Amino acid sequence: MKLQPPSVRDDADTAARPPLLSVTLLSAIALAYEVLLMRLLSIVQWHHFAYMIISLALLGYGVSGSFLTIAQHRLLQRYALSFIVNAALFAVSLVICFHAAQRIDFNAEEVLWDPGQLLRLAAIYLLLAVPFFFIANAVALSLMRFRDRVQRIYAFDLVGAGMGSVSIVSLLFVAFPAPALMLLGALAFACVGIAAWELSLQTRGRVAAAAAVAAVVLILGMDELELAISPYKGLPQTLRVAGAEVVSEHSSPLGYLSVVESARVPLRHAPGLSLRATDEPPRQVAVFTDADNMTVITKDSGDPAAFRYLDSVTSALPYHLLSSARVLILGAGGGEDVQQALHHGASHVTAVEVNPQIVDIVRDRYGDFSRHLLDRTGVTVHVSEARGFVSRDQHSYDLIQLALLDSFAASSAGLYALNETYLYTVEALRTYYKRLRPGGYLAITRWIKLPPRDTLKLFATAVEALRRENADDPGLQLALIRSWQTSTLLMKNGVLNNADKSALKRFAADRAFDLAWYPSINESEANRFNLLRQPYFYQAATSLLGPRSHEFLDQYKYNVRPATDDRPYFSHFFKWRVFPEIVALRGRGGMPLLELGYLILVATLLKALIASLVLILLPLFSLKGPPPGAMVQRRYGRTRVLWYFFAIGIAFLFVEIGFIQKFLLFLHHPVYAIAVTLSAFLVFAGLGSAATERAIESGRHRRTAAFAVSGIVVFATLYTWILDPLFAKLVAQPTLSKAVVSVALIAPLAYCMGMPFPLALARLGATAQHLVPWAWGINGCSSVISAVLATLCAIHFGFVVVVLLAVVLYISAALTFPRASAMGQGL
Amino acid sequence: MRGARRGLSLLPLLAGVAAFAVAADDPYQRQRARMLEEIRADYVDTAIHIDKEAADPRVMDAMASVPRHEFVTPDMRRLAYANRPLPIGHGQTISQPYIVAVMTDLLNVRPGDRVLEVGTGSGYQAAVLAELVAEVYSIEIIEPLAAQAAARLQRLGYDNVVVRHGDGYYGWEEHDPFDAIVVTAAASHVPPPLIAQLRNGGRMIIPVGTRFLVQELLLVVKDETGSVTTKQLLPVRFVPLTGGH
Repeated sequence: MKLQPPSVRDDADTAARPPLLSVTLLSAIALAYEVLLMRLLSIVQWHHFAYMIISLALLGYGVSGSFLTIAQHRLLQRYALSFIVNAALFAVSLVICFHAAQRIDFNAEEVLWDPGQLLRLAAIYLLLAVPFFFIANAVALSLMRFRDRVQRIYAFDLVGAGMGSVSIVSLLFVAFPAPALMLLGALAFACVGIAAWELSLQTRGRVAAAAAVAAVVLILGMDELELAISPYKGLPQTLRVAGAEVVSEHSSPLGYLSVVESARVPLRHAPGLSLRATDEPPRQVAVFTDADNMTVITKDSGDPAAFRYLDSVTSALPYHLLSSARVLILGAGGGEDVQQALHHGASHVTAVEVNPQIVDIVRDRYGDFSRHLLDRTGVTVHVSEARGFVSRDQHSYDLIQLALLDSFAASSAGLYALNETYLYTVEALRTYYKRLRPGGYLAITRWIKLPPRDTLKLFATAVEALRRENADDPGLQLALIRSWQTSTLLMKNGVLNNADKSALKRFAADRAFDLAWYPSINESEANRFNLLRQPYFYQAATSLLGPRSHEFLDQYKYNVRPATDDRPYFSHFFKWRVFPEIVALRGRGGMPLLELGYLILVATLLKALIASLVLILLPLFSLKGPPPGAMVQRRYGRTRVLWYFFAIGIAFLFVEIGFIQKFLLFLHHPVYAIAVTLSAFLVFAGLGSAATERAIESGRHRRTAAFAVSGIVVFATLYTWILDPLFAKLVAQPTLSKAVVSVALIAPLAYCMGMPFPLALARLGATAQHLVPWAWGINGCSSVISAVLATLCAIHFGFVVVVLLAVVLYISAALTFPRASAMGQGL
Repeated sequence: MRGARRGLSLLPLLAGVAAFAVAADDPYQRQRARMLEEIRADYVDTAIHIDKEAADPRVMDAMASVPRHEFVTPDMRRLAYANRPLPIGHGQTISQPYIVAVMTDLLNVRPGDRVLEVGTGSGYQAAVLAELVAEVYSIEIIEPLAAQAAARLQRLGYDNVVVRHGDGYYGWEEHDPFDAIVVTAAASHVPPPLIAQLRNGGRMIIPVGTRFLVQELLLVVKDETGSVTTKQLLPVRFVPLTGGH
């Protein structure tokens, strides 16, 4: 124990040992809170705003760093009390700040006209940052107080966070998001009680009693928190209609489902219905996910005529080119597409739906209502993520239907730009294509946007997929039709023959749909019923199939290049080139052109950068300067510290985010995949941190860090090459064994990633303790920047580049590892 | 701003004064004039999509006469004439003035026409139409909005507008056929009964998008033979592709 500092302080500090149990539990709660906030904000606002708000709220960690740089002496003198107070404030603010944030009336769509909305947004994330500030204080104070045991505290912090990620996912299966928040508050109070005992506080009895009372109050008030959902989301809009009411609610990590019946005014959900249709949909029940994204369950009274409307939408096209088809429906939802397949005489329907609760609702509560749609002979239901199902599935089909999965409102506002989706990538389309029987079709329906975006990107993706499948002329295998509202793309396993073409033309003409592409299409057929200024869809299809498709992709004002598994952002359409033009049109209705999601990401990054600069630079200047002669040396040392902690902060999350994407594609299930990989990363990083103890005791900080970084470089680089082929081999394995393989693969990488932070922090603790909170703050800020920057990099360059950048950052960190000598002399 | 507020406090006093006197002292007149300027500018901007350099002068006259500030909630009055949509409560909005002008203009209405509106909202669009046609029938599904709009239109003297609370999907059969139909209520598709109640040669306009952001305008045209086509118009100056293919 050479480097152990001169024992504990000489004041009345009672803590002999770090409160490891409370640190672990509080870290678990903090991570659980973060995940839960994402859920809560996705329900009350939209997913991308949730993302922004949380990214910025995490700046609470950075603020904590600069706060402690200034206040450390006073707080450390009364460490035990400071820890308890911060833990208690964490517990209080966790509940109260969300309540307060909910009271701020923020409407994203008004931002353009009303700059005041930005202030409200800022107020929301500042409020939500408060709990992170307090928990960061508690952990950082412990790291400073027990600076000989940083590796152990950091290890428990990480392991706690890992537990938190798994626990919150489990909790969300049994609890609704709002009560879950109250429960987390109660657990945080329980931790305060535990901490009082761990720290042997003299008043521990009273503290524990008060904490227990607070916890009980929160548990009793669990159902009191009402979510204030934006009035412009689909659910509140539907509930405005007299007679419409929520009849049941269901919740899981996959989403918050509200089942709505409308007694007086029918819901009549039939997007894309032909202008020539005369039929009205029968009675329907709506299921909303996260207060938006409606899917319907339709009343089946046994009269086939009631479902005639399902023949008047663009997605009915493939049924006119096939007879008694074996159909695979991806994204079955309430069963509309299953009903459509049966209505058209499908011989067998396989329905895949990711959310088991939706399947249960259709089967149980609305079993009679839907005339047991999902339990009929000839219908098989699988609860599975769509892409994963198709990768494992051994059957082949005449038709694979990919349903309209997202809501029009969110889609048209460009809110999905940040959503990775593996359903619409080149690789995905090839996977579907391989499951088609000869002569079979893949059919994908999308909302029409003006100017065209999704439909064109999908077309480009199909062309690329067919090229990679060695199709001689992709155009011969594709067809695209459109109504004013939806488009349906067909990709045939084979060449469209004359019979197909005449059936297709008849189908479109009868329903006043326009043809955008089929082999031998004529421009005069392309803009007859739903008139656009120019036959955009036809022009784009022709260009994408022609020899100058690259020119078209470059010139088109939206990004419609095919999405790939490495850059799975199907809904990212934004191009910087067009930004000035669109900004000039703001306030003139130009807003829907803006593809908001992407810009929000950029705005988040800018805000995080500015905030981080302020938070890192301010405390830097506030530090008391050494004698003038030592200036050069001091700057040098401090710059190294800054870069080191900044680089590993960025790199840690880059690796984590980069590989979580890889494993997501392997494990497929969005919730389990993230929970398993995230907690594996955190727990093994925690073990790595704990393992640095001996190195620290024997003063081998720098060598161990170099060893850890070498490990990271080797594993990260190796994985970018071997994971794809390895996953391809294991694709058919059961999920559990895939999860085990994933954890085993993550373990060595994460283990190494857990080392650089505590090694450098221990060195600082021994030689320049006043810089410890500063390093902590830098690390916090860079983590915030990292999460946003990783997404931005992935959108533009792909996940492989994200991981490789992280490798470079780790190497640069190893080269700037704080030197013992520089520290000692200069600082 | 100060003028606007003073104007507000004077309104009750002015209520009894003759109409021309109100017009002369109308504190909103300048704001309205500025609104018209913005609409004109937007028209020039978007001419490539709506095939018009300027609105029908009658439509502009109508926009100039309807007191838009009467159709917004009191806290929004100061913004009443800004060229932007405003929240009116119940999760609904009053459309951007330019959008109202274009929608009205695209309907090509004549003085003797009978028009159906589905989704009354604040009643503003109905009032603009009422300045131009003989009869306006308007259906609102949210009951409090229907009551408010009906009272408001009556108070402002729009006797040729009839507002009804109800489901607009089936139109208003007692008064069909209509020369023009405006659908501002969110619908997952164009209701077939509305197409049926549109007179041959009639036009229907539907803004597509979210409550605040109109993505496109859907113009449904029924020709003299009864066959129906749509035209999708971008209400903003933007072409997706420059250069050749």
